[in-house]
Amino acid sequence: MLFKNKQNQPSAPIWLKTLAYGGLVFLHFPIVVIVINAFLASDGSHTHFTLHWFHVAFAREDVMSAIALSLKVAAFATSLAIIMGTMTAAALYRRNFFGKEAITTMLILPIALPGIITGIALLSAMNILDITPGFLTIVVSHATFCVVMIYNNVVARFRRMPHNLIEASMDLGADGFTTFRFIILPQLATALLAGALLAFALSFDELIVTIFTAGHEITLPIWLLNQLSRPRDAAITNVVAMMVMLVTAIPIIAAYYLTRGTESIAGSSR
Amino acid sequence: MQSSIINADTSKPFGRKFSNTLYRKNNLFLFLLLTPPLLWFGVVYLGSLFALLWQSFYTFDSFSMAVSNDLTLENYRSLFDATNFDIILRTLSMAVAVTLATALIGFPIAYYMTRYGSRAEKGFFYIAVMLPMWASYIVKTYAWTVILSQQGILYWCINHLGLHNALNHVLQIPAIGGNTLATSNLGRFIVFTYIWLPFMILPIQAALERVPTNLLQASADLGAKPAQTFRRVLLPLVFPGVVAGSIFTFSLTLGDYIIPQLIGPSGLYIGTMVYTMQGSVGNMPLAAAFTVVPITLIFIYLSLAKRTGAFDAL
Repeated sequence: MLFKNKQNQPSAPIWLKTLAYGGLVFLHFPIVVIVINAFLASDGSHTHFTLHWFHVAFAREDVMSAIALSLKVAAFATSLAIIMGTMTAAALYRRNFFGKEAITTMLILPIALPGIITGIALLSAMNILDITPGFLTIVVSHATFCVVMIYNNVVARFRRMPHNLIEASMDLGADGFTTFRFIILPQLATALLAGALLAFALSFDELIVTIFTAGHEITLPIWLLNQLSRPRDAAITNVVAMMVMLVTAIPIIAAYYLTRGTESIAGSSR
Repeated sequence: MQSSIINADTSKPFGRKFSNTLYRKNNLFLFLLLTPPLLWFGVVYLGSLFALLWQSFYTFDSFSMAVSNDLTLENYRSLFDATNFDIILRTLSMAVAVTLATALIGFPIAYYMTRYGSRAEKGFFYIAVMLPMWASYIVKTYAWTVILSQQGILYWCINHLGLHNALNHVLQIPAIGGNTLATSNLGRFIVFTYIWLPFMILPIQAALERVPTNLLQASADLGAKPAQTFRRVLLPLVFPGVVAGSIFTFSLTLGDYIIPQLIGPSGLYIGTMVYTMQGSVGNMPLAAAFTVVPITLIFIYLSLAKRTGAFDAL
């Protein structure tokens, strides 16, 4: 087998191993289908391996502008979420006060409630305030559910950070800002990066809320959704779908290695 | 360099004064830190939610297709009309079915990786569950439309294995069947189960991680059969984790409106109903009243889950 057995452990019953690995196959099978489809081109009689569709996809105006918009939205939303998530984490990690539970519940609500509710709520607020949906409204909606990703990662790191580091820094004459820059920030760096990567990935392929707040803008997931009603374009759709998979896989693996060995499981709540 | 040190000693610069104030006045600091996020969440997010709730009391005139600000309870009453109530029940039963299925499929995966996985294997499993979880939702759904289509890989396998008749028998069963796999409730159920499965695995895995192995060994030493150990020792300890996972699978299935559009029969779900009501019909009040259903169900579910200690398992 690929992996060595645990010490002093009976090995797993064969049926359990089969179920577990069968579950993994089930989880990855559709992804494999997409990847294979992206490289195959069929010309009626036989199917062969090709990179041709990648060229075609990259030459398409609508594909490129959708990718650019999604990247821009994710960057802005993540930046906003970093600021607010870190502030909230800094405020809540050592203090107990009335209403603290309410605040943490409120942060989780955007991901605990179905996306359609968040989406339609923001849309109805926009209608009341006469705001035209567009780039800014997408960023606002995405930042709303990205805050909790940053908060979760940063607050876990804050709790593990010995407080006497901060006191020592101040004893040695550093003021609060210096302490933040040279003591706190380096400690938070990997947790911030992990949270930011997850938030970016989350924003990059968000569809359910975006449909309501996007107006006429077309992000990459909306573009993909529109493609489903164009079966003749399937070759391009497959290629773009595979690229989206790759783009989101990299930050997830990176975030896993950044927070490994800490108690916070990156992305354990989405 | 020299001058800045002298400067710091003689007259305190503003930055130092300000940070001293923040250090001494703890509550002011807390207030300053929390103001931006609270404004954002309190005003933008909760404000929007209340705006939505408020609109559910507005009146929709079906003749002029216009919404007026006269307050009414009519939208809530019409939720209990046969057709609307049918939509709610349909969605609810799918959410329950998906939750049960993900728990059944997810438990062995979580159990194997926690109990028998070496460090490397555990890491491998963890990544292998995380990647599909984070892979683009729309891409995964699209992949299933390709797989389930009649030119797709699943039909190809079934035909080659000679199971065509068996499939037809399954598709003829009322309530789960349909014309083809892609337009049947069974197909929709498979896709929902697939998409939310990782959300079930991770909380169960976290809960299993906290169960000491020697408890299971003690149970075996005292003469319990594996099945008894599972039922009397393991399951009670891990149940909060299962409930924590079910919060996600239940809530996400209740509100989804993309999968019911793309896969399965044409009957509406809560999500698709809300989407068409606010979009093409323009009946925002009824759409808003419909969103109150999942909100209420989820809050009931959350309060039940809180009793089992599911929140400590998250």
